[in-house]
Amino acid sequence: MLDPTASPRAFTTALAGRGGLLPLELRRLTYEANGKRVIDNVDLALQQPGITVIMGPNGAGKSVLLRLMHGLIAPTRGEILWAGRRMDREIALRQAMVFQKPVLLRRSAAANIRHALGVRGIDKGERAIRVDGALKLAGLEGRAAMPARVLSGGEQQRLCLARALSLEPEVLFLDEPTASVDPASTLAIERLLIEAQHRGIKIIVVTHDVGQARRLAQDVVFLHHGQVVEHGLAKRFFTEPRSEAARCFLAGGLVL
Amino acid sequence: MTELTEAFHTALQLIVTLDSKLLGIVLLSLKVSLTAVAIASLIGFALGGALAVYRFPGRGTLAAILSALMGLPPVVAGLFVYLLLSNTGPFGVLQLLYTPTAMIVAQVVIVTPIVAALTRQACEDLLEEYDEQLRSLGASSAAIVGTLLWDGRYRLVTAVLAGFGRAIAEVGAVMIVGGNIDHVTRTMTTTIALETSKGNIALALALGIVLLVIAFAVNAALMSVRRFAARFAYA
Repeated sequence: MLDPTASPRAFTTALAGRGGLLPLELRRLTYEANGKRVIDNVDLALQQPGITVIMGPNGAGKSVLLRLMHGLIAPTRGEILWAGRRMDREIALRQAMVFQKPVLLRRSAAANIRHALGVRGIDKGERAIRVDGALKLAGLEGRAAMPARVLSGGEQQRLCLARALSLEPEVLFLDEPTASVDPASTLAIERLLIEAQHRGIKIIVVTHDVGQARRLAQDVVFLHHGQVVEHGLAKRFFTEPRSEAARCFLAGGLVL
Repeated sequence: MTELTEAFHTALQLIVTLDSKLLGIVLLSLKVSLTAVAIASLIGFALGGALAVYRFPGRGTLAAILSALMGLPPVVAGLFVYLLLSNTGPFGVLQLLYTPTAMIVAQVVIVTPIVAALTRQACEDLLEEYDEQLRSLGASSAAIVGTLLWDGRYRLVTAVLAGFGRAIAEVGAVMIVGGNIDHVTRTMTTTIALETSKGNIALALALGIVLLVIAFAVNAALMSVRRFAARFAYA
């Protein structure tokens, strides 16, 4: 078992033992829906571990790109390669995703995590250990028996993140994870993400919150009209954005 | 008016004294309807859950047929089961006609579409919300059906109660396949029909009161389940 409370090095070593999923390569990726091209001929390679932030104005195709990467939707054209392999079930089971709106089952907080572990085929004994660990990680140990859907918005999203982390993914996708949560929960979620990336988990997060992107990103993918306008190190992106769209976005202007 | 008052008085007496004939009819009715609802629920849950999750040709048509069958006239269901179980029918050799088993079969035919259609609706509503999360987890279709049925448990209880309400109040089908034989296949509804035509209003009235109480109890249970589920965010 990969113990989330183990030292970062031990955890990373355990992950490496499975053979990493990086690099992630998108080749001429196109996705069309209702006659509209949402993702337009995207070429992208994510090679480094750490946190990649996908940014861009509303309607740029950020969430769709994330779903394509995770295999929730199939591209119209092009291909997605994980360490040179096309997406398959084995790869999908080494990933997890947290959605913008917390998706929680009509069960207790603990049962939500238990269910996810059960679906992934984790045996009962280990399930119990991981449930306790995940709840503790999210600061929800006192809420274990509460119906998940009566938790506050921030607690619900922390629970979703804890559930995803309990699966010990190698890649974690997050779609605007703090869009509708309170500042305290935002801070807790960001801390969990930073901790998770130290443990060797590749994190790909969509956000339109520039402040959050500055706090988290190692590299930034800037998307506009379904195309990757920029991809580079966060430091450089925030100080010297190359495209007009990114400059306007970072300055808080309306990007048309 | 006096006759009616007397009949009502006698009816209450029959209930209070737990009249053996009345009790026998009530128990048989409950046995038939509860057994039918249990069987229909097992079939309906599986069918409704599968229809919500699996994609196959003809799925839409099947769902539409199921919805339409929710309003299946009991006499038609009774006629259908009669033809199946009669001596010349495909299952005639089983000699089930005019037995409580035949009545159970008829009520299963009536209740299954109700439970299945309501289950499908409940599961589809949940699936709309859970779909991406469950697919992200890599859940198999069977695991998705299991998850939806469990998470829709309170709506499924209401589906079962609705099915029971329909079964216990139904008269046409049990009359046709049961034959309304005294002490064998005589249920509350068929007795009410028979005794009223004979002018024995008291027994009919007593059974009518019992049926009404059952209907109220089912309704109260439905409301309690809904309130509980809403209060604890399980709805």
